[in-house]
Amino acid sequence: MNKALNSPHETGRKRGLDLLARATRPELEAAWQALADRPGHELLRGPETGLVMVRGRIGGGGAPFNLGETTVSRATVRVADGTVGHGYRLGTDRRAAELAALFDALGQNERHRDFVETSLLAPIEQRQAADAARRENETAATKVDFFTMVRGED
Amino acid sequence: MYVAVKGGETAIANAHRLLADRRRGDRSLPSLTIGQIIEQLGLAVDRVMAEASLYDRSLAALALKQARGDMIEAIFLLRAYRTTLPRFGTSQPIETGRMQVERRVSATYKDLPGGQLLGPTFDYTHRLLDPSLLDDEAVEEPALRESDGTPIMRVSDILDGEGLIEPDGNMPEDHLAGDITREPMEFPMPRDLRLQTLARGDEGFLLALAYSTQRGYGRTHPFVGEIRMGLVDVEFEVPELGFAVSLGEIRVTECQMVNQFKGSAKAPPQFTRGYGLAFGQSERKAMSMSLVDRALRTDEFGEDVVAPAQDEEFVMSHCDNVQATGFVEHLKLPHYVDFQAELDLVRRMRAKHAADQTPDTDQQEAAE
Repeated sequence: MNKALNSPHETGRKRGLDLLARATRPELEAAWQALADRPGHELLRGPETGLVMVRGRIGGGGAPFNLGETTVSRATVRVADGTVGHGYRLGTDRRAAELAALFDALGQNERHRDFVETSLLAPIEQRQAADAARRENETAATKVDFFTMVRGED
Repeated sequence: MYVAVKGGETAIANAHRLLADRRRGDRSLPSLTIGQIIEQLGLAVDRVMAEASLYDRSLAALALKQARGDMIEAIFLLRAYRTTLPRFGTSQPIETGRMQVERRVSATYKDLPGGQLLGPTFDYTHRLLDPSLLDDEAVEEPALRESDGTPIMRVSDILDGEGLIEPDGNMPEDHLAGDITREPMEFPMPRDLRLQTLARGDEGFLLALAYSTQRGYGRTHPFVGEIRMGLVDVEFEVPELGFAVSLGEIRVTECQMVNQFKGSAKAPPQFTRGYGLAFGQSERKAMSMSLVDRALRTDEFGEDVVAPAQDEEFVMSHCDNVQATGFVEHLKLPHYVDFQAELDLVRRMRAKHAADQTPDTDQQEAAE
Protein backbone atom coordinates (compact mmCIF):
# COMPACT_ATOMS: atom_id res chain seq x y z
CA MET A 1 0.00 0.00 0.00
CA ASN A 2 0.99 3.59 -0.32
CA LYS A 3 3.03 5.07 2.43
CA ALA A 4 1.06 7.46 4.54
CA LEU A 5 1.83 11.08 3.96
CA ASN A 6 3.65 12.45 6.95
CA SER A 7 2.79 16.10 7.00
CA PRO A 8 0.50 18.76 5.59
CA HIS A 9 3.48 19.80 3.48
CA GLU A 10 3.68 16.33 1.89
CA THR A 11 -0.08 16.18 1.41
CA GLY A 12 -0.06 19.55 -0.34
CA ARG A 13 2.92 18.64 -2.45
CA LYS A 14 1.40 15.34 -3.51
CA ARG A 15 -1.79 17.11 -4.57
CA GLY A 16 0.28 19.51 -6.64
CA LEU A 17 2.35 16.76 -8.26
CA ASP A 18 -0.76 14.68 -9.01
CA LEU A 19 -2.41 17.65 -10.69
CA LEU A 20 0.70 18.77 -12.58
CA ALA A 21 0.94 15.24 -14.03
CA ARG A 22 -2.49 15.89 -15.56
CA ALA A 23 -1.76 19.40 -16.84
CA THR A 24 -1.72 19.71 -20.60
CA ARG A 25 1.39 21.03 -22.27
CA PRO A 26 -0.39 24.25 -23.37
CA GLU A 27 -1.60 24.83 -19.79
CA LEU A 28 1.95 24.51 -18.50
CA GLU A 29 3.45 26.69 -21.22
CA ALA A 30 0.80 29.38 -20.73
CA ALA A 31 1.38 29.49 -16.98
CA TRP A 32 5.15 29.64 -17.51
CA GLN A 33 4.75 32.55 -19.93
CA ALA A 34 2.36 34.30 -17.54
CA LEU A 35 4.84 34.11 -14.66
CA ALA A 36 6.17 37.60 -14.05
CA ASP A 37 9.53 36.71 -12.50
CA ARG A 38 10.62 33.44 -14.09
CA PRO A 39 13.45 32.17 -11.92
CA GLY A 40 16.73 30.89 -13.25
CA HIS A 41 17.02 27.15 -12.90
CA GLU A 42 19.26 24.22 -13.62
CA LEU A 43 18.30 20.69 -14.58
CA LEU A 44 19.52 18.13 -12.07
CA ARG A 45 18.11 15.22 -14.03
CA GLY A 46 16.51 14.80 -17.40
CA PRO A 47 14.13 15.67 -18.78
CA GLU A 48 14.08 12.04 -19.86
CA THR A 49 11.61 9.38 -20.94
CA GLY A 50 11.60 5.88 -19.54
CA LEU A 51 9.27 3.13 -18.46
CA VAL A 52 7.33 2.26 -15.36
CA MET A 53 6.08 -1.29 -14.97
CA VAL A 54 2.40 -1.10 -14.08
CA ARG A 55 1.22 -3.70 -11.62
CA GLY A 56 -2.19 -5.20 -11.18
CA ARG A 57 -3.48 -7.53 -8.48
CA ILE A 58 -4.54 -11.13 -9.01
CA GLY A 59 -8.33 -11.23 -8.82
CA GLY A 60 -8.37 -7.43 -8.48
CA GLY A 61 -7.27 -7.38 -4.85
CA GLY A 62 -4.75 -10.18 -4.39
CA ALA A 63 -1.02 -10.54 -4.90
CA PRO A 64 0.63 -8.12 -7.34
CA PHE A 65 1.59 -9.11 -10.85
CA ASN A 66 3.24 -7.18 -13.66
CA LEU A 67 0.62 -6.08 -16.16
CA GLY A 68 2.76 -4.15 -18.63
CA GLU A 69 4.78 -0.98 -18.94
CA THR A 70 3.88 2.60 -19.59
CA THR A 71 5.99 5.47 -20.89
CA VAL A 72 6.83 8.08 -18.26
CA SER A 73 8.74 11.33 -18.59
CA ARG A 74 10.46 12.98 -15.67
CA ALA A 75 12.67 15.88 -14.78
CA THR A 76 14.29 17.29 -11.66
CA VAL A 77 15.18 20.97 -11.47
CA ARG A 78 16.74 23.32 -8.96
CA VAL A 79 15.50 26.88 -9.10
CA ALA A 80 17.56 29.93 -8.17
CA ASP A 81 16.61 29.90 -4.46
CA GLY A 82 17.82 26.28 -4.19
CA THR A 83 14.41 24.60 -4.10
CA VAL A 84 14.33 21.26 -5.91
CA GLY A 85 11.26 20.28 -7.93
CA HIS A 86 10.27 17.01 -9.57
CA GLY A 87 8.03 16.35 -12.54
CA TYR A 88 6.70 12.90 -13.34
CA ARG A 89 3.98 12.18 -15.88
CA LEU A 90 2.72 9.49 -18.23
CA GLY A 91 3.80 9.81 -21.83
CA THR A 92 6.80 11.08 -23.73
CA ASP A 93 6.42 14.85 -23.32
CA ARG A 94 9.74 15.76 -21.72
CA ARG A 95 9.16 19.52 -21.91
CA ALA A 96 5.92 19.09 -19.95
CA ALA A 97 7.81 17.06 -17.31
CA GLU A 98 10.38 19.83 -17.05
CA LEU A 99 7.70 22.51 -16.67
CA ALA A 100 5.91 20.38 -14.08
CA ALA A 101 9.17 20.10 -12.12
CA LEU A 102 9.57 23.88 -12.24
CA PHE A 103 6.06 24.42 -10.92
CA ASP A 104 6.60 21.80 -8.22
CA ALA A 105 9.62 23.83 -7.09
CA LEU A 106 7.75 27.13 -7.31
CA GLY A 107 4.78 25.73 -5.44
CA GLN A 108 7.03 25.09 -2.42
CA ASN A 109 8.01 28.70 -2.33
CA GLU A 110 5.87 31.32 -0.50
CA ARG A 111 6.27 33.85 -3.24
CA HIS A 112 4.91 31.70 -6.04
CA ARG A 113 2.55 29.36 -4.23
CA ASP A 114 -0.57 31.40 -4.95
CA PHE A 115 0.37 31.83 -8.59
CA VAL A 116 0.80 28.06 -9.04
CA GLU A 117 -2.47 27.41 -7.24
CA THR A 118 -4.59 29.90 -9.17
CA SER A 119 -3.02 29.59 -12.60
CA LEU A 120 -2.56 25.82 -12.67
CA LEU A 121 -3.67 23.63 -9.78
CA ALA A 122 -7.16 25.00 -9.23
CA PRO A 123 -8.10 25.08 -12.95
CA ILE A 124 -6.72 21.57 -13.52
CA GLU A 125 -8.60 20.27 -10.51
CA GLN A 126 -11.81 21.82 -11.81
CA ARG A 127 -11.26 20.40 -15.28
CA GLN A 128 -10.53 16.96 -13.82
CA ALA A 129 -13.67 17.05 -11.70
CA ALA A 130 -15.78 18.26 -14.64
CA ASP A 131 -14.39 15.54 -16.94
CA ALA A 132 -15.00 12.86 -14.33
CA ALA A 133 -18.55 14.09 -13.71
CA ARG A 134 -19.32 14.22 -17.43
CA ARG A 135 -17.97 10.69 -17.94
CA GLU A 136 -19.92 9.45 -14.95
CA ASN A 137 -23.14 11.00 -16.24
CA GLU A 138 -22.58 9.67 -19.74
CA THR A 139 -22.08 6.21 -18.25
CA ALA A 140 -25.09 6.59 -15.95
CA ALA A 141 -27.26 7.23 -19.03
CA THR A 142 -26.39 3.68 -20.17
CA LYS A 143 -27.51 2.10 -16.90
CA VAL A 144 -30.14 -0.59 -17.36
CA ASP A 145 -33.44 0.02 -15.59
CA PHE A 146 -35.01 -3.38 -15.26
CA PHE A 147 -38.76 -3.67 -15.09
CA THR A 148 -40.89 -6.71 -14.55
CA MET A 149 -43.62 -7.71 -16.95
CA VAL A 150 -46.49 -9.39 -15.20
CA ARG A 151 -47.76 -12.21 -17.35
CA GLY A 152 -50.94 -14.19 -16.97
CA GLU A 153 -53.27 -13.95 -13.99
CA ASP A 154 -52.36 -14.46 -10.36
CA MET B 1 33.12 -24.98 -50.03
CA TYR B 2 31.02 -22.04 -48.92
CA VAL B 3 30.97 -18.86 -50.94
CA ALA B 4 29.52 -15.84 -49.16
CA VAL B 5 27.04 -14.02 -51.31
CA LYS B 6 26.27 -10.36 -50.94
CA GLY B 7 23.78 -8.23 -52.72
CA GLY B 8 20.31 -6.83 -52.60
CA GLU B 9 21.11 -3.45 -51.06
CA THR B 10 19.50 -1.56 -53.91
CA ALA B 11 16.57 -3.95 -54.06
CA ILE B 12 16.01 -3.57 -50.30
CA ALA B 13 16.25 0.22 -50.41
CA ASN B 14 13.81 0.37 -53.29
CA ALA B 15 11.47 -2.12 -51.63
CA HIS B 16 11.33 0.10 -48.54
CA ARG B 17 10.74 3.12 -50.73
CA LEU B 18 7.89 1.25 -52.42
CA LEU B 19 6.54 0.26 -49.00
CA ALA B 20 6.50 3.91 -47.97
CA ASP B 21 4.63 4.74 -51.17
CA ARG B 22 2.02 2.02 -50.64
CA ARG B 23 1.65 3.03 -47.02
CA ARG B 24 0.86 6.57 -48.08
CA GLY B 25 -1.45 5.37 -50.84
CA ASP B 26 -3.34 7.76 -53.09
CA ARG B 27 -1.75 11.21 -52.56
CA SER B 28 -5.01 12.94 -53.46
CA LEU B 29 -6.44 11.67 -50.15
CA PRO B 30 -5.42 13.39 -46.91
CA SER B 31 -2.83 11.58 -44.81
CA LEU B 32 -4.10 10.04 -41.55
CA THR B 33 -3.05 11.95 -38.47
CA ILE B 34 -1.99 10.27 -35.23
CA GLY B 35 -4.84 12.11 -33.52
CA GLN B 36 -7.35 10.61 -35.96
CA ILE B 37 -6.03 7.11 -35.33
CA ILE B 38 -6.19 7.59 -31.55
CA GLU B 39 -9.69 9.03 -31.65
CA GLN B 40 -11.31 7.01 -34.43
CA LEU B 41 -9.48 3.68 -34.36
CA GLY B 42 -9.16 3.61 -30.59
CA LEU B 43 -9.75 -0.10 -30.12
CA ALA B 44 -6.98 -0.95 -32.60
CA VAL B 45 -4.72 1.35 -30.59
CA ASP B 46 -5.78 -0.43 -27.40
CA ARG B 47 -5.03 -3.84 -28.82
CA VAL B 48 -1.57 -2.76 -29.93
CA MET B 49 -0.86 -1.37 -26.45
CA ALA B 50 -2.13 -4.51 -24.72
CA GLU B 51 -0.12 -6.96 -26.78
CA ALA B 52 2.96 -4.75 -27.00
CA SER B 53 2.69 -4.54 -23.20
CA LEU B 54 3.32 -0.80 -23.42
CA TYR B 55 0.73 1.82 -22.57
CA ASP B 56 1.17 4.85 -24.79
CA ARG B 57 -1.68 5.80 -27.09
CA SER B 58 0.35 8.13 -29.30
CA LEU B 59 3.16 5.67 -29.89
CA ALA B 60 0.71 2.82 -30.52
CA ALA B 61 -1.10 4.97 -33.09
CA LEU B 62 2.20 5.86 -34.73
CA ALA B 63 3.11 2.17 -34.85
CA LEU B 64 -0.25 1.36 -36.49
CA LYS B 65 0.26 4.06 -39.11
CA GLN B 66 3.80 2.92 -39.83
CA ALA B 67 2.66 -0.72 -40.03
CA ARG B 68 -0.14 0.11 -42.50
CA GLY B 69 -2.64 -1.24 -39.98
CA ASP B 70 -0.86 -4.59 -39.57
CA MET B 71 -1.50 -5.21 -35.86
CA ILE B 72 1.32 -7.65 -35.21
CA GLU B 73 3.81 -5.48 -37.07
CA ALA B 74 2.67 -2.50 -34.98
CA ILE B 75 3.01 -4.55 -31.78
CA PHE B 76 6.50 -5.58 -32.89
CA LEU B 77 7.47 -1.93 -33.49
CA LEU B 78 6.28 -0.91 -30.03
CA ARG B 79 8.05 -3.85 -28.37
CA ALA B 80 11.25 -2.87 -30.15
CA TYR B 81 10.85 0.75 -29.04
CA ARG B 82 10.44 -0.18 -25.38
CA THR B 83 13.80 -1.93 -25.36
CA THR B 84 15.45 1.45 -26.01
CA LEU B 85 14.14 2.98 -22.78
CA PRO B 86 15.41 2.68 -19.21
CA ARG B 87 12.98 1.49 -16.56
CA PHE B 88 12.36 3.98 -13.78
CA GLY B 89 10.67 1.47 -11.52
CA THR B 90 7.44 -0.30 -10.72
CA SER B 91 4.06 1.25 -9.97
CA GLN B 92 1.92 0.56 -6.95
CA PRO B 93 -0.65 -2.05 -7.96
CA ILE B 94 -3.55 -0.32 -9.70
CA GLU B 95 -6.79 -0.42 -7.72
CA THR B 96 -9.52 -1.59 -10.08
CA GLY B 97 -12.03 -1.40 -7.20
CA ARG B 98 -11.57 2.39 -7.29
CA MET B 99 -11.84 2.64 -11.06
CA GLN B 100 -13.67 5.56 -12.70
CA VAL B 101 -16.03 3.11 -14.34
CA GLU B 102 -17.07 3.65 -17.96
CA ARG B 103 -18.67 0.24 -18.36
CA ARG B 104 -19.61 -2.46 -15.91
CA VAL B 105 -21.79 -5.48 -16.48
CA SER B 106 -22.42 -8.66 -14.53
CA ALA B 107 -24.01 -11.81 -15.91
CA THR B 108 -24.51 -13.28 -12.44
CA TYR B 109 -26.44 -10.54 -10.60
CA LYS B 110 -29.13 -8.40 -12.13
CA ASP B 111 -29.48 -5.87 -9.31
CA LEU B 112 -26.05 -5.29 -7.96
CA PRO B 113 -24.81 -2.10 -6.28
CA GLY B 114 -23.92 0.35 -9.01
CA GLY B 115 -26.09 -1.46 -11.54
CA GLN B 116 -25.50 -2.67 -15.06
CA LEU B 117 -23.68 0.12 -16.91
CA LEU B 118 -23.45 -0.70 -20.59
CA GLY B 119 -21.07 2.09 -21.61
CA PRO B 120 -19.77 2.32 -25.18
CA THR B 121 -20.40 -1.26 -26.31
CA PHE B 122 -21.02 -3.17 -29.52
CA ASP B 123 -23.33 -5.48 -27.54
CA TYR B 124 -26.95 -5.31 -28.71
CA THR B 125 -25.99 -3.59 -31.97
CA HIS B 126 -27.48 -5.31 -35.00
CA ARG B 127 -24.21 -5.71 -36.85
CA LEU B 128 -25.66 -4.03 -39.90
CA LEU B 129 -23.30 -1.87 -41.90
CA ASP B 130 -24.09 1.77 -41.31
CA PRO B 131 -24.14 3.74 -44.57
CA SER B 132 -24.24 7.03 -42.66
CA LEU B 133 -20.53 6.50 -41.97
CA LEU B 134 -19.83 6.68 -45.70
CA ASP B 135 -20.45 10.37 -45.43
CA ASP B 136 -19.24 12.51 -42.61
CA GLU B 137 -22.63 12.82 -40.95
CA ALA B 138 -22.91 14.66 -37.65
CA VAL B 139 -22.94 12.40 -34.60
CA GLU B 140 -25.14 13.09 -31.59
CA GLU B 141 -23.61 14.01 -28.27
CA PRO B 142 -23.95 11.26 -25.64
CA ALA B 143 -27.06 11.20 -23.48
CA LEU B 144 -26.53 12.31 -19.90
CA ARG B 145 -28.19 11.19 -16.70
CA GLU B 146 -27.37 12.37 -13.23
CA SER B 147 -25.35 9.61 -11.61
CA ASP B 148 -26.66 8.57 -8.19
CA GLY B 149 -23.10 8.15 -7.02
CA THR B 150 -23.59 4.58 -5.71
CA PRO B 151 -20.20 2.93 -5.26
CA ILE B 152 -19.73 0.27 -7.92
CA MET B 153 -19.09 -2.75 -5.73
CA ARG B 154 -16.97 -5.60 -6.98
CA VAL B 155 -19.01 -8.74 -7.62
CA SER B 156 -16.38 -10.95 -6.05
CA ASP B 157 -16.92 -9.09 -2.76
CA ILE B 158 -20.65 -9.88 -2.85
CA LEU B 159 -20.16 -13.65 -3.12
CA ASP B 160 -17.24 -13.54 -0.73
CA GLY B 161 -19.63 -12.75 2.15
CA GLU B 162 -20.93 -16.32 2.10
CA GLY B 163 -17.56 -17.96 1.60
CA LEU B 164 -18.93 -19.57 -1.57
CA ILE B 165 -16.16 -18.17 -3.70
CA GLU B 166 -12.43 -18.35 -3.40
CA PRO B 167 -10.76 -15.07 -2.37
CA ASP B 168 -8.58 -12.93 -4.62
CA GLY B 169 -5.52 -14.89 -5.61
CA ASN B 170 -2.65 -14.77 -3.16
CA MET B 171 0.93 -15.86 -3.54
CA PRO B 172 3.13 -17.06 -0.67
CA GLU B 173 4.19 -14.27 1.74
CA ASP B 174 7.78 -14.14 0.53
CA HIS B 175 6.89 -14.28 -3.17
CA LEU B 176 8.12 -11.38 -5.29
CA ALA B 177 6.17 -10.70 -8.46
CA GLY B 178 8.22 -12.08 -11.34
CA ASP B 179 8.80 -10.32 -14.64
CA ILE B 180 8.97 -12.27 -17.89
CA THR B 181 10.68 -9.35 -19.60
CA ARG B 182 13.62 -9.80 -17.23
CA GLU B 183 13.79 -13.53 -16.51
CA PRO B 184 13.65 -16.55 -18.79
CA MET B 185 10.48 -18.66 -18.77
CA GLU B 186 10.55 -21.62 -16.45
CA PHE B 187 7.93 -24.26 -15.76
CA PRO B 188 5.95 -24.71 -13.65
CA MET B 189 5.27 -20.98 -13.82
CA PRO B 190 3.64 -19.17 -10.89
CA ARG B 191 0.26 -17.54 -11.49
CA ASP B 192 1.58 -13.96 -11.41
CA LEU B 193 3.95 -14.69 -14.29
CA ARG B 194 1.24 -16.54 -16.19
CA LEU B 195 -1.02 -13.49 -15.88
CA GLN B 196 1.73 -11.20 -17.17
CA THR B 197 2.27 -13.54 -20.11
CA LEU B 198 -1.46 -13.77 -20.85
CA ALA B 199 -1.91 -9.99 -20.56
CA ARG B 200 0.50 -9.50 -23.48
CA GLY B 201 -0.60 -12.65 -25.30
CA ASP B 202 -2.25 -12.68 -28.71
CA GLU B 203 -5.98 -11.99 -28.49
CA GLY B 204 -6.83 -14.42 -31.28
CA PHE B 205 -4.82 -17.24 -29.75
CA LEU B 206 -6.31 -16.70 -26.29
CA LEU B 207 -9.81 -16.34 -27.73
CA ALA B 208 -9.47 -19.69 -29.50
CA LEU B 209 -8.18 -21.39 -26.36
CA ALA B 210 -10.95 -19.83 -24.27
CA TYR B 211 -13.49 -21.05 -26.81
CA SER B 212 -12.00 -24.53 -26.67
CA THR B 213 -12.64 -24.70 -22.92
CA GLN B 214 -16.29 -23.84 -23.54
CA ARG B 215 -16.55 -26.57 -26.15
CA GLY B 216 -15.38 -29.19 -23.70
CA TYR B 217 -11.59 -29.17 -23.96
CA GLY B 218 -10.98 -28.54 -20.26
CA ARG B 219 -14.42 -27.41 -19.14
CA THR B 220 -14.55 -24.68 -16.50
CA HIS B 221 -18.31 -23.87 -16.25
CA PRO B 222 -17.84 -20.12 -16.47
CA PHE B 223 -20.05 -17.11 -15.74
CA VAL B 224 -19.02 -13.52 -16.20
CA GLY B 225 -19.11 -12.33 -12.60
CA GLU B 226 -18.16 -8.89 -13.76
CA ILE B 227 -16.54 -6.95 -16.55
CA ARG B 228 -15.47 -3.42 -15.81
CA MET B 229 -13.68 -0.89 -17.97
CA GLY B 230 -12.53 2.57 -17.07
CA LEU B 231 -9.74 4.76 -15.78
CA VAL B 232 -7.40 3.91 -12.94
CA ASP B 233 -4.66 5.95 -11.34
CA VAL B 234 -1.05 4.90 -11.78
CA GLU B 235 0.72 5.64 -8.51
CA PHE B 236 4.49 5.53 -8.39
CA GLU B 237 6.66 5.90 -5.35
CA VAL B 238 9.29 8.49 -6.10
CA PRO B 239 12.40 7.68 -4.05
CA GLU B 240 13.49 11.32 -3.83
CA LEU B 241 10.13 12.28 -2.32
CA GLY B 242 9.52 9.27 -0.11
CA PHE B 243 5.86 9.06 -1.09
CA ALA B 244 3.84 7.91 -4.08
CA VAL B 245 2.58 10.36 -6.68
CA SER B 246 0.02 9.80 -9.38
CA LEU B 247 1.55 9.77 -12.85
CA GLY B 248 -1.82 10.01 -14.55
CA GLU B 249 -4.62 7.66 -15.51
CA ILE B 250 -4.74 4.68 -17.79
CA ARG B 251 -7.75 2.84 -19.18
CA VAL B 252 -7.98 -0.86 -18.43
CA THR B 253 -10.53 -3.65 -18.80
CA GLU B 254 -10.97 -6.24 -16.08
CA CYS B 255 -12.89 -9.50 -16.20
CA GLN B 256 -13.80 -11.58 -13.18
CA MET B 257 -14.87 -14.98 -14.44
CA VAL B 258 -16.70 -17.10 -11.87
CA ASN B 259 -16.46 -20.84 -12.34
CA GLN B 260 -18.45 -23.61 -10.78
CA PHE B 261 -16.21 -26.18 -9.16
CA LYS B 262 -17.52 -29.45 -7.81
CA GLY B 263 -14.67 -29.91 -5.36
CA SER B 264 -11.76 -32.31 -5.22
CA ALA B 265 -9.43 -33.88 -2.70
CA LYS B 266 -7.70 -30.49 -2.52
CA ALA B 267 -10.65 -28.10 -2.26
CA PRO B 268 -14.35 -28.13 -1.24
CA PRO B 269 -17.14 -27.37 -3.74
CA GLN B 270 -17.12 -23.63 -4.36
CA PHE B 271 -16.96 -21.02 -7.03
CA THR B 272 -13.45 -20.55 -8.31
CA ARG B 273 -12.25 -17.64 -10.37
CA GLY B 274 -10.32 -16.72 -13.45
CA TYR B 275 -8.90 -13.23 -13.80
CA GLY B 276 -8.35 -11.07 -16.84
CA LEU B 277 -6.84 -7.59 -17.01
CA ALA B 278 -5.72 -5.76 -20.13
CA PHE B 279 -4.69 -2.27 -21.19
CA GLY B 280 -7.35 -0.24 -22.94
CA GLN B 281 -10.90 -1.18 -23.81
CA SER B 282 -10.06 -4.79 -24.56
CA GLU B 283 -13.04 -6.79 -23.42
CA ARG B 284 -12.68 -9.87 -25.61
CA LYS B 285 -9.07 -10.09 -24.54
CA ALA B 286 -9.84 -9.73 -20.81
CA MET B 287 -12.60 -12.36 -21.05
CA SER B 288 -10.40 -14.82 -22.94
CA MET B 289 -7.57 -14.24 -20.52
CA SER B 290 -9.79 -14.97 -17.52
CA LEU B 291 -11.01 -18.25 -19.02
CA VAL B 292 -7.48 -19.37 -19.83
CA ASP B 293 -6.21 -18.24 -16.41
CA ARG B 294 -8.79 -20.48 -14.75
CA ALA B 295 -8.11 -23.39 -17.09
CA LEU B 296 -4.40 -23.23 -16.25
CA ARG B 297 -4.95 -23.52 -12.49
CA THR B 298 -5.17 -27.31 -12.58
CA ASP B 299 -2.55 -27.91 -9.91
CA GLU B 300 -4.37 -25.70 -7.38
CA PHE B 301 -7.59 -27.68 -7.73
CA GLY B 302 -6.23 -31.15 -8.38
CA GLU B 303 -7.62 -31.23 -11.93
CA ASP B 304 -6.21 -33.44 -14.67
CA VAL B 305 -4.52 -31.74 -17.61
CA VAL B 306 -6.53 -33.11 -20.52
CA ALA B 307 -6.80 -30.18 -22.93
CA PRO B 308 -4.51 -27.66 -24.65
CA ALA B 309 -5.85 -24.68 -22.66
CA GLN B 310 -4.78 -26.42 -19.42
CA ASP B 311 -1.27 -27.14 -20.66
CA GLU B 312 0.81 -24.37 -19.13
CA GLU B 313 3.94 -24.89 -21.19
CA PHE B 314 1.95 -25.04 -24.42
CA VAL B 315 -0.08 -21.91 -23.70
CA MET B 316 2.75 -19.83 -22.25
CA SER B 317 5.21 -20.76 -25.00
CA HIS B 318 2.89 -19.98 -27.88
CA CYS B 319 0.70 -17.03 -26.88
CA ASP B 320 3.22 -14.30 -27.72
CA ASN B 321 2.56 -13.16 -31.26
CA VAL B 322 5.86 -11.34 -31.70
CA GLN B 323 7.82 -14.48 -30.84
CA ALA B 324 5.49 -16.57 -32.96
CA THR B 325 5.67 -14.32 -35.99
CA GLY B 326 9.43 -14.08 -35.69
CA PHE B 327 9.86 -17.81 -35.93
CA VAL B 328 7.21 -18.41 -38.56
CA GLU B 329 8.22 -15.46 -40.73
CA HIS B 330 11.93 -16.14 -40.60
CA LEU B 331 11.22 -19.08 -42.91
CA LYS B 332 10.93 -16.67 -45.84
CA LEU B 333 14.46 -15.34 -45.38
CA PRO B 334 17.18 -16.89 -47.54
CA HIS B 335 17.88 -20.49 -46.60
CA TYR B 336 19.76 -21.19 -49.83
CA VAL B 337 22.65 -23.04 -48.25
CA ASP B 338 20.48 -25.11 -45.87
CA PHE B 339 18.32 -26.05 -48.78
CA GLN B 340 21.28 -26.98 -50.98
CA ALA B 341 22.43 -29.32 -48.23
CA GLU B 342 18.96 -30.83 -47.93
CA LEU B 343 18.72 -31.23 -51.71
CA ASP B 344 21.97 -33.10 -51.73
CA LEU B 345 20.82 -35.27 -48.84
CA VAL B 346 17.48 -36.10 -50.42
CA ARG B 347 19.21 -36.98 -53.70
CA ARG B 348 21.51 -39.38 -51.90
CA MET B 349 18.64 -40.90 -49.91
CA ARG B 350 16.66 -41.41 -53.09
CA ALA B 351 19.61 -43.06 -54.78
CA LYS B 352 20.00 -45.40 -51.81
CA HIS B 353 16.27 -46.02 -51.68
CA ALA B 354 16.21 -46.92 -55.36
CA ALA B 355 19.19 -49.20 -54.95
CA ASP B 356 17.65 -50.92 -51.92
CA GLN B 357 14.24 -51.17 -53.53
CA THR B 358 15.05 -53.16 -56.65
CA PRO B 359 16.36 -56.43 -55.19
CA ASP B 360 14.33 -56.25 -51.95
CA THR B 361 10.83 -55.89 -53.38
CA ASP B 362 10.02 -59.57 -53.36
CA GLN B 363 11.39 -60.11 -49.86
CA GLN B 364 9.43 -57.16 -48.50
CA GLU B 365 6.19 -58.41 -49.98
CA ALA B 366 6.83 -61.84 -48.57
CA ALA B 367 7.43 -60.34 -45.13
CA GLU B 368 4.16 -58.45 -45.25
